[in-house]
Amino acid sequence: MSDLQYRTIVGLEIHVHLATRTKMFCGCEMAYGVRPNSRVCPVCMGMPGVLPVMNKQAFEYAVLTALALNCSIPSFTKWDRKSYYYPDLPKNYQISQYDLPMSENGFIDIPLESGQVKRIGIIRAHLEEDAGKNTHTLGNFSAVDLNRTGSPLLEIVTEPDMSSPDEVRALAVELQRIVRYLGVSEGDMQKGHMRFEPNINLAITKDGQEYRTPIAEIKNLNSFRALERSVAYETARQLDEFTDRGITMQMGNKSTRGWDDDNQCTVLQREKEEAHDYRYFPDPDLVPVEMDDEWLSRIRADLCEMPIQKQNRFVSEFALSEYDAGVLTQIRSTAELFEQAVALGADPKKACNIITQNFQKIANEKGCTVCELGITPEKIVEMTNMVTIGQISSTSVSSIAVLSVANLSKTLREIAVEHNLIQTSDAGEIEALVDQVIADNPAAVEDVTSGGKKSKKARGFLLGQVMQRSKGQANPKIVAQILAKKLS
Amino acid sequence: MAKKIDETQVRKVAKLARLQLDDAEVAQFSTDLSSIVEYIEKLNELDTDSVEPLAHCLPVHNVFRDDVVKPSLTVEQVLANAPQRADDFFKVPKILDDNSGA
Repeated sequence: MSDLQYRTIVGLEIHVHLATRTKMFCGCEMAYGVRPNSRVCPVCMGMPGVLPVMNKQAFEYAVLTALALNCSIPSFTKWDRKSYYYPDLPKNYQISQYDLPMSENGFIDIPLESGQVKRIGIIRAHLEEDAGKNTHTLGNFSAVDLNRTGSPLLEIVTEPDMSSPDEVRALAVELQRIVRYLGVSEGDMQKGHMRFEPNINLAITKDGQEYRTPIAEIKNLNSFRALERSVAYETARQLDEFTDRGITMQMGNKSTRGWDDDNQCTVLQREKEEAHDYRYFPDPDLVPVEMDDEWLSRIRADLCEMPIQKQNRFVSEFALSEYDAGVLTQIRSTAELFEQAVALGADPKKACNIITQNFQKIANEKGCTVCELGITPEKIVEMTNMVTIGQISSTSVSSIAVLSVANLSKTLREIAVEHNLIQTSDAGEIEALVDQVIADNPAAVEDVTSGGKKSKKARGFLLGQVMQRSKGQANPKIVAQILAKKLS
Repeated sequence: MAKKIDETQVRKVAKLARLQLDDAEVAQFSTDLSSIVEYIEKLNELDTDSVEPLAHCLPVHNVFRDDVVKPSLTVEQVLANAPQRADDFFKVPKILDDNSGA
């Protein structure tokens, strides 16, 4: 068998829907799931004589995102027309940016499983308008809905710096975190807020010779899982194609493949790449944008600490695990809730557990964030303190969390008292109960002190008796200590 | 003299623009377009070395609008000129080789 090694090479083209109220070049409302063709005006339809006007918010969101991706922002950018012949963009061109994009030359740091960080280059990010939606359910006809036509889209193109399905997924997840932190997009893949199109090929070394397989671009990926799996599938497929048929990269044999989620494979859509002839030219309807330092620094002021920096800081500053820090920093408001609670004196590890294991669970069930539950940093502090001083057991924390969400006006202590969830750590009180139990159960006491086979079981029985008499409110740790002392 | 725009180029541009031309039209456009390009080439006589490329013909920039919702047309108005409709959708001949999607 010949010696063969290979390396996967992946770059991503990403489209992010910006969360503006209106479209990119007209005042039609951005709305999902509404009546078809109900958010459409003459600009969306490309009627003669209309004039598109830039949405300032969309432009600023785009610049903010580009800054977060460490891109440079040129002082001059303009709009171009890209030929496009499908009915979901009726004017027969897409307004996009060609040679002078609004940002370029950035990077994104992605966290790897190993705990290390990999830097992926960003070639450029530019603004454009989205097309509408074609559906093919009418037999020999297609149905066209123009509600999405003209929505602001940020197109981000990465360098082919990723080399595994894991890395591709990590980048997608990290970008989602970033756009959500910035509040520039809802970043929901299922709803099409973020679309990822990987370009994949392999660098193969065989018998000392280097080969490249033809590049395949994959479309129709609607989840992180599909994205990850499509890269894994495509890697295996291209390797097979090379070993079975010796197919390598040549001029014009780039292909487009669609992901088939039901069959978990990619399907050939277009074999030969027709020489892309978009015939770009400057859009005479739209004037250029000039960016000055003053405007740029105003936009820059909206930048926040990026999720990966926050995650790393939570590990180094609060000694949280990578995993915990990752969960906590998934949503910006939750991460900030944690930080505020810690600043008010909460124990970091306990606060983290209470947020991620209790409140996050409730929030997930309700489909909202922890902050949207009405949970304040003060509540987190109160809860961690009650656990620290042993007022509540770790098992009752989840009950109190649920009850506190339903009774936001009450303090946690009030709730715990009301529902008999305060545990007694008062040694005197517990000692009295232990004495009673010892007096009432001489046989079990005998089993313990004689140290026989039954000793362990009898000790458990006595502990259970004490807990029962305290109505579950004695701190079991202290009960065990006192019991051990009395029976030694 | 070879034409500036030969028939192969005409056919290519026609295909890109989804235009169906017969042979006579291809020949005609090849002649017409070539004469236009030749005419325009006169501009090459100018020395533009020290002239900045023009991105827009107006000395204007940064014309924005606020992100405020304006009323759209009604669905009936939107579909009023559609040759065919299916419920609230435009109905168009089936899209073959659908590479749409921005």
